[in-house]
Amino acid sequence: MKEERVPVAFRRPLPLAVACNAFVILWLLVAAFPFLWTVWGSFKVEGDFFSRRSFWDAVFGIKTIVQTGHPFTLDGYRGAWVVNALWRPVINTAIVTTCVTVISLTFGTLGGYALARSGHRYALWLLIAALVFRAMPHITLVSGYLLPFFELNLWGILPTAIIVLVAINQPFTLWMLHSFFLGIPKDLDESAMIDGCSRLRAFQLVVIPVMWPGVVTTGLFSFLLAYNDFAVTSMLLSQDNQTMVPRIASFLGSIEQTGKVMYAVAAVVSATVPLFILVMFFQRQIVSGLTAGAVKG
Amino acid sequence: MRHRTFLAFILPSALAMLLFIALPIVSVAVQSLYVEPPKVLVTVQSCTPFACTDDVQVDERATAELRKKHPLGGFNGLGTYTDRAHLAFGEIAGILGQNTGFADTLGRIYNLPFYRALAFTLAYTFIVTPLAIMLGFSIALAVNAVPRAIKGPVIFVSLLPMIITPLIGSLMVYWMINSEGIIGATLQWLFDDPNLYLKASPTLTWIVIFLYGVWTNGPFSFIVFYAGLQTMPLDTLESAMIDGASRWERIRFVVIPHMSPLVTFVALVQLMDNFRVFEPIVGFNSQASATSLSYFIFSDLNGQFSQLFGSAAATSMLTIAGVVILLIPVLIRTWREFNRKAA
Repeated sequence: MKEERVPVAFRRPLPLAVACNAFVILWLLVAAFPFLWTVWGSFKVEGDFFSRRSFWDAVFGIKTIVQTGHPFTLDGYRGAWVVNALWRPVINTAIVTTCVTVISLTFGTLGGYALARSGHRYALWLLIAALVFRAMPHITLVSGYLLPFFELNLWGILPTAIIVLVAINQPFTLWMLHSFFLGIPKDLDESAMIDGCSRLRAFQLVVIPVMWPGVVTTGLFSFLLAYNDFAVTSMLLSQDNQTMVPRIASFLGSIEQTGKVMYAVAAVVSATVPLFILVMFFQRQIVSGLTAGAVKG
Repeated sequence: MRHRTFLAFILPSALAMLLFIALPIVSVAVQSLYVEPPKVLVTVQSCTPFACTDDVQVDERATAELRKKHPLGGFNGLGTYTDRAHLAFGEIAGILGQNTGFADTLGRIYNLPFYRALAFTLAYTFIVTPLAIMLGFSIALAVNAVPRAIKGPVIFVSLLPMIITPLIGSLMVYWMINSEGIIGATLQWLFDDPNLYLKASPTLTWIVIFLYGVWTNGPFSFIVFYAGLQTMPLDTLESAMIDGASRWERIRFVVIPHMSPLVTFVALVQLMDNFRVFEPIVGFNSQASATSLSYFIFSDLNGQFSQLFGSAAATSMLTIAGVVILLIPVLIRTWREFNRKAA
């Protein structure tokens, strides 16, 4: 019987088990409902999604049928992707996130490895500095960038935003990979060095082949930081180079008057899709990354 | 590891942090001491057939030229810090001078822009963090009890509010809470009050943003606590049972002590993150009734006509001071930990 495998301490009387299950179901509803509702509503017209009458309008798409002849419409998506050329910020986002992830990981693996293998005092100081930097609100840093970037003519272009995001990402990446490399036995690379490898060669031959789980996990978080950022990209990129999130924000101001809110709704749903896919495929890595910091302290 | 090798390995990362985190902090500190040059004003005489009037206008070209010559502006010392938009010492002294009752004094201080932002930021940080931890802990306990097969999907759904882009998440919730959205309209219908509207009441705005904060912060504590529950020492739990501890006592005296290091970890991470609350203010479009320090800086930098670098920098410095105060316990902990490992 299945019941036999449950430890005695975890066995629950029926009412408690029911309450637990009910609570979990309630939480699932609260967690998922905004997503389901927005996805569903993005295929309706504004009169339904923002209905003055009742939310049943949005469920059945009453006005959508009146206006388009069908309960579902792609008007919002057409408006966002075709009329407002959402593909342009999407390409920018793709460039920024890819570059940020790759560069952060390159810098981070080298640095994290060094921090994990150095027993010197200054390694601790670096880690503490990284911790302080990690806590800096991004917008305070942005207010430091703007004036120098204007003066140096670096403002508005993608490479600037990329390197800034890489730097902002470094503290976290360093900490995460540092604790990951601590888990790889020292003997591994040191024996390679006794065999005559230089430190770099040992890193290449022995450490790189075994580091991928940690790198993938850290990479996911680098990707998320770059993808989710609003403060840096909205302030440092010019109109033409905007990425998706600031684009959606600037959408709102211009769209709300002209009654094209559904464009923004469709754009928001489009921007959520990659995150959805990410969690679907990398759920295990995300969970292990979140808990790594906690368990290691 | 030799110093040279260490330096070679750490260099790219350290350089990036030095150039784009440490230097900007210096740059903010310098900028906060300066103030934008005043606009160049010219008096223009405009004559109609009947009379001539003198108009004072901004000479845009001369202003731009002056700005170009002195991008930082004029030296202002600590003037920006103490002006009305920031610490407002003069105004505070005035308010405290005329004693008009405690509530009124507080209310008047709250009307000063910096203190408004500070009040909301602190309230958000210290209300959302514990609530999110409690929510996460309850979810973790409950999920631990559901059948194994559905745990994966539960974790999948729970991760969504956490990894969603903050701006996008807050927009989704904002649209639902809108007076024409599903939650807003239903609430109006339930209470039969057509004026029940997010925008109409600052209190309601605060509550909604706090709830959003709990929604998006809760999953992180849940994941961490759930992982912690998997390493729960069964023996201790079972011996507590044999000693006659009730279910609640077991949670109180075995589970919670086992989790307390995790609680500290989660609390510290979330305090830091919540202190920089920013996107919800943009998403909920709530700056009129709820604004945070980060948003205060953002709006200075995002000015339609002129960017107030000095003012933004001064707020940034004050924010950084706040972050450092929040961080001190974390730093002490890291320091001790490293020394313990080294010993």
